[in-house]
Amino acid sequence: MIKVEALIRPQKLDDVKSALTDLGIRGMTVSEVRGVGKQKGFTQHYRGAEYTVNLIQKVKVEIVVPDTEARQVADAIAGAARTGEIGDGKIFLIPVAEAIRIRTGDEGDSAIT
Amino acid sequence: MPNRRTYITVGAVRITRTTALCGVLCGLPRLALAQSDGSINTGDTAWILVSAALVMLMTPGLALFYGGMVRARNVLNMLMQSYIAIALITMIWALCGYSLAFSPGIPLIGGFGWLGLRGVGLAPNEAYAATIPHQAFMVYQLMFAIITPALISGAIADRMRFSSYTLFIGLWSLLVYVPLAHMVWGVGGFLRNLGVLDFAGGSVVHISSGVSALILAMLLGVRRKVSADDMRPHNLPITVIGTGVLWFGWFGFNAGSALAANAVAVSAMVATHFAAASAALVWVFIEWIAYRQPTALGFMTGAVAGLVAITPASGFVHPISAIAIGALVAPISFGAIRAKARFGYDDALDVFGVHGVGGIFGALATGLFASTATNPAGANGLFYGAGASLLVKQLVGIMVTVALAGSVTYLLGLFLRGTIGLRVSTDEEDTGLDLALHGEAAYGGMAMGSEAGSPVGAVHTGPTIL
Repeated sequence: MIKVEALIRPQKLDDVKSALTDLGIRGMTVSEVRGVGKQKGFTQHYRGAEYTVNLIQKVKVEIVVPDTEARQVADAIAGAARTGEIGDGKIFLIPVAEAIRIRTGDEGDSAIT
Repeated sequence: MPNRRTYITVGAVRITRTTALCGVLCGLPRLALAQSDGSINTGDTAWILVSAALVMLMTPGLALFYGGMVRARNVLNMLMQSYIAIALITMIWALCGYSLAFSPGIPLIGGFGWLGLRGVGLAPNEAYAATIPHQAFMVYQLMFAIITPALISGAIADRMRFSSYTLFIGLWSLLVYVPLAHMVWGVGGFLRNLGVLDFAGGSVVHISSGVSALILAMLLGVRRKVSADDMRPHNLPITVIGTGVLWFGWFGFNAGSALAANAVAVSAMVATHFAAASAALVWVFIEWIAYRQPTALGFMTGAVAGLVAITPASGFVHPISAIAIGALVAPISFGAIRAKARFGYDDALDVFGVHGVGGIFGALATGLFASTATNPAGANGLFYGAGASLLVKQLVGIMVTVALAGSVTYLLGLFLRGTIGLRVSTDEEDTGLDLALHGEAAYGGMAMGSEAGSPVGAVHTGPTIL
């Protein structure tokens, strides 16, 4: 099993979700995160006091899939999330040792489908 | 026909049948009414009651204006610092504050003749406002006495003990506000007799609170910050709402200071609005040039600075002069706020930059722009051919205000620091004053003790009422 962990622009979440739905992927975990990469932050002024925010809002999408599907899922996310500008994000593929469905006790691939 | 709406005419005013009946039955009240009825003007009384309500609303407006600018963990404390002033100053005013400010006394302070509002009845007081009940004048002035110490709370945000703050504003009200109000507005007050013009409280309200704010902020020291971007305002929309409430209430503050529904009131209202609009506009343009972005907080700050600057001048100046005063105060207050970083004091919400500096400029501008063509009871300023005599008087008024407010605040601050302490503990400051001092949290998740909020860690320790 592989965990596909994608850090994307918040406004691309809907596109990514529909691309994953097209692949038949239903389960995912989505969280709001902040991070910094090459993209420049924002400078704010409050009565002249300057604050530069370089931790930018991103959305993290996590999906665990069988090894054979991982690359296809990653490509679908990349295709849906890409704008071509700096700040599009990253995708990591991470091996997963085991998966357990809490309700039934199912293990392995049958726990994630 | 509802009987409350049935009027009978006595002299120039109408009184309700209920009141008249009571008068007939009780005898003594009828005598009191008979003495006053001839001179009470219902239009004037209605306007001053509305104005008193408008000025009262400014303190909740101020609470919102300030509350949006502090960190989320201190917002309830910030709001409470305004509201506690409403309750506390009202008690002080009724017991002795009003008497010491407005009853006949010496040139520096009023007397004890009106302690507990003795003799402050429903008949007009000819010396202050001949056409409205004396209590209308008293309650209108009370609203000014409330907002003035509350203005100081912006400078000491996020770090002052609530007990210490409450004691401070009570003592400050008696030792600074009351004598100043007497000197400037009271019959026999020496600045009033000198001819200092302060229509609605530029010195009494804004310079006094602005200077005291600076001194108290210096005595307290700078706020702690737990991260680099910790000092940002947490909720600017409530600051925006607060500004709107302040602007609206300021019409009662300035136009109500005519103490009658007359031409001077109209002039003051026009000047007030024009100065606020012009200062907000200029402030935003300055930001556009300086930071390439006009900010909402800048607009709000500019509007308030304009309102502050026009406070002493409204009622004495032409509408176009009001626009000039607003346009000039914007760069001056903007510069004063920028200079703060260089001096290193932490006037958290720029009370000195906006109210102190804006108030001083407004007092001087009154000496430049005042015109007897607008208000025959006023005087002509430097720009109206009267030379510098009014300007010099205004300067005296400013110096007396700065000296009194500055010295008393310094001594009071030292006294409180040496006794009950001015500042909360480091731990309380980092936790946030809402939880540490009041046992409350403004926003849901923060009840867990972190701004981000977390569902983990809450333990129900009190009785269950459900």
